[in-house]
Amino acid sequence: MLTQLTHKITTMTRRRALAATAGLVLGLAASSSFAPAQAADDTIKVGILHSLSGTMAISETTLKDTILFLIDEQNKKGGVLGKKLEPVVVDPASNWPLFAEKARELITKDKVAVVFGCWTSVSRKSVLPVFKELNNILFYPVQYEGEESERNVFYTGAAPNQQAIPAVDYLMKEEKVKRWVLAGTDYVYPRTTNKILEAYLKSKGVAQDDIMINYTPFGHSDWQTIVADIKKFGSAGKKTAVVSTINGDANVPFYKELGNQGIKATDIPVVAFSVGEEELAGIDTKPLLGHLAAWNYFESIKTPANEKFIKEWQAYTKNPKRVTNDPMEAHYIGFNMWVKAVEKVKSTDPDKVIDALPGIEAPNLTGGTSKMLPNHHITKPVFIGEIKGNGQFDVVWKTPGLVAGDAWSKELEGSKDLIGDWVGKKCGNYNTKTNKCGGQGS
Amino acid sequence: MFANCIDRFRALLLSILLLSCLVVPALAGPFEDSVAKFATDDFSDTEAAIGEVAASGNALASPIISALQDGRLSADPDSKKVFITQADGKIVDAATGAAVDKLPDNAAAVRLNNRLRRTVEAALGGLTLLSPDPAKRLAAAQSVFKSHEENLLPTVEGALAKESVKPIKQAFAEARAAIILFKSDASDSDKLDAVAVLKARGDQEALALLTSLGTDQPPLVAKAAAGAVSSIQSNLAMWSMVQNAWYGLSLGSVLLLAAIGLAITFGVMGVINMAHGEMVMIGAYTTFVVQEVIRTRYPALFDYSLLIAVPLAFVVAGFIGVLIERTIIRFLYGRPLETLLATWGLSLVLQQAVRTAFGPTNREVGNPSWMSGAFELGQITITYNRLWILCFTLAVFAILLAMLRYTALGLEMRAVTQNRRMAASMGIATSRVDALTFGLGSGIAGIAGVALSQIDNVSPNLGQSYIIDSFMVVVFGGVGNLWGTLVGAFTLGIANKFLEPMAGAVLGKIAILVLIILFIQKRPRGLFALKGRAVEA
Repeated sequence: MLTQLTHKITTMTRRRALAATAGLVLGLAASSSFAPAQAADDTIKVGILHSLSGTMAISETTLKDTILFLIDEQNKKGGVLGKKLEPVVVDPASNWPLFAEKARELITKDKVAVVFGCWTSVSRKSVLPVFKELNNILFYPVQYEGEESERNVFYTGAAPNQQAIPAVDYLMKEEKVKRWVLAGTDYVYPRTTNKILEAYLKSKGVAQDDIMINYTPFGHSDWQTIVADIKKFGSAGKKTAVVSTINGDANVPFYKELGNQGIKATDIPVVAFSVGEEELAGIDTKPLLGHLAAWNYFESIKTPANEKFIKEWQAYTKNPKRVTNDPMEAHYIGFNMWVKAVEKVKSTDPDKVIDALPGIEAPNLTGGTSKMLPNHHITKPVFIGEIKGNGQFDVVWKTPGLVAGDAWSKELEGSKDLIGDWVGKKCGNYNTKTNKCGGQGS
Repeated sequence: MFANCIDRFRALLLSILLLSCLVVPALAGPFEDSVAKFATDDFSDTEAAIGEVAASGNALASPIISALQDGRLSADPDSKKVFITQADGKIVDAATGAAVDKLPDNAAAVRLNNRLRRTVEAALGGLTLLSPDPAKRLAAAQSVFKSHEENLLPTVEGALAKESVKPIKQAFAEARAAIILFKSDASDSDKLDAVAVLKARGDQEALALLTSLGTDQPPLVAKAAAGAVSSIQSNLAMWSMVQNAWYGLSLGSVLLLAAIGLAITFGVMGVINMAHGEMVMIGAYTTFVVQEVIRTRYPALFDYSLLIAVPLAFVVAGFIGVLIERTIIRFLYGRPLETLLATWGLSLVLQQAVRTAFGPTNREVGNPSWMSGAFELGQITITYNRLWILCFTLAVFAILLAMLRYTALGLEMRAVTQNRRMAASMGIATSRVDALTFGLGSGIAGIAGVALSQIDNVSPNLGQSYIIDSFMVVVFGGVGNLWGTLVGAFTLGIANKFLEPMAGAVLGKIAILVLIILFIQKRPRGLFALKGRAVEA
């Protein structure tokens, strides 16, 4: 059903793109300084850059559907600036260089006003130069390692201080954890997050001996040795917890092995930063009862906004079992912020929208109002949820208010003096010690 | 240390409550009030309620707390009434025990967090120490061993004296030792005995207890404990070698299972079959479909779902294999590069087809009860699913070997692969044999998918993660030799698992690949090179 829809959209886009090229040939809109959206016709084009095939399709397909759904809802309300929004879907196929290529295609050929996309940090890093060069806007909806603030990117997912640090705080306070296993997949997000967490734990007086760091390859499926190691590490007489930045497909065999080897959440709880409702949909969650996840949104949170969102989402996808998750909410917030900014400046010109976005507020789905900050990150509440038997989470703790996202971690030596400020300082890595822009990070 | 204090404080609380209940006879009033606290949906109220109910001595205490543990305790936030859904589906009022027709509409299960779950386990341990059910007594003894709450000592000692079943008696003795070890006013000789009991137990939990012993112990006890710790540690280190060997066998069995179909299509037929992984995936999805049908229509058959899925997966994957051979591969014999490209393209087509049909997300394939959990063998944990997969792999291997050796089809297959023209001259329909051989290899890959669905994701990418490993095993073992595949798989599995603890999972994998490259340089035809015509062909 959805694939058919996608297909229809892509073919439609291709036709439109052809028309646009024909227009170019006729010399109608030859200048690149022309505002992109006005070049084609009476719609505003919105680019969607999520993998629909390959390894990341498992997570990213849902986000593509989310933006299509949000565009559909917005068009029902009359669109933006009196124009309908028109989605342009491309498939970068989980292939990092292809992300850059497709981003270029979206901006130069399809002349989109904004792009919603990317999941992995590698894909984001791969498209950064394109967005800088062609001066467009990217909304990035996934929790990531921080240490970045770019003029053309708006980060609606959690920075480490909006997910990892509060989760560790929770384990320290509520579960009295003294020994830590930091387990992750071997790539940039887990490595940086663990570096931050290690520095944070040490600043809280945790000894080096009480921290075990472990990396595994992507898609690791034989967890016997590592789970046995965790068990051994946990038998040193101090309360132990696992902080998991294990990504994607590797999670299912990891949790299965935990369950089978009889490690219960009451003995060694696992708190995960990449496991949400979507990932749990593939596992029998009964043996995982009580293991934790830290997110800024859970489907089970009961607020009128969330209930409405879930109902409309399930109606849109025609699947009453379709779950929602945290990056979807990030797209929801980001999309609404973009709409508000565009309506504020009455233009889709990227420069104007980029300047208008900081300070824009949009409701999140958990009953609060998120705000875009000068460092292009947003304020979010942090929730700790325990896995329930039905594949959902039960919120057991939340931060009292919204937490502002730090672009640069305060825990790392190289970045603690840096701030991102695109309003006053017009700089993504302003060094507050030397009062200079471009103070290098790590 | 701090956790200890909390535990002690909780123990103190429990004992005070116990005492107060002995003084004040259990009245209906306070018990009902305690039970009503479950309905406030506040973790600290729930904790208080658990303590009060456990200490009440009321006959309903044990059912309430075990219902709470299993998520069968629900509360109505409006009327503050609490209900137990019994195992047989009947519903009773938790405060009075009176039967109720049905749950109120807005009743929700009482929520727990990990801290409360531990409290529940400890409370239930205390309540079921004297249960007539031996399994419950054993579980209770083990949970007391973990919580070692002082106030339970008399109950444990009473239970120990009465107990007649040997393993349970042992568990009670260990629970008693754990309590005495942490009891501040226990005599030195008692504590030394306790250390000896824990040393004899010798597992990681005993080690955890001994190492968490505070520094405020008498010197004699501290010395004995340190000695016990080092003795347990050296014992466990020895067991960890055994454990690595077992993990290696288990990983080897998974590799063998994934590669065995390829050993036929690539090894015997010489087709570079990049779509092999997708046959595994199709087998896994067949399992998913079988389980879906069973879940909706015949839930009682769930434990047999894998047994039903095995022949079906063989047929489905085998049929697709024959189809592929007849429509694509038969035109490409003797052109390895084209075969490689065609089968690789085919693998993408199959993946996307499955993604379209079943969606890109993981599908849930459940573990039947006989494949969940683990048992202890000495000091190592053996999980049932790995054990069954090892047995299953060996069985599949044996059947395949027997088939090639003793059946007419097997004879024809060997004849065709050894000398196609002579076989044709002997009246063997070689193209039919080709199709059947490819179908057999694919069917076995499908069977592998059934087993792999138990330990891995069932997603469209399932096959991709096994294709490299499978080729590695077949090439390493020697192309065209089933025994080579067997030895190759187990060698790689065991080598991997001994390297992993030393070098880490990432470096371990790299090291294995480097070793294989070096090995292939030395022996290009693998461990067991095939001699004869087929090699020169």
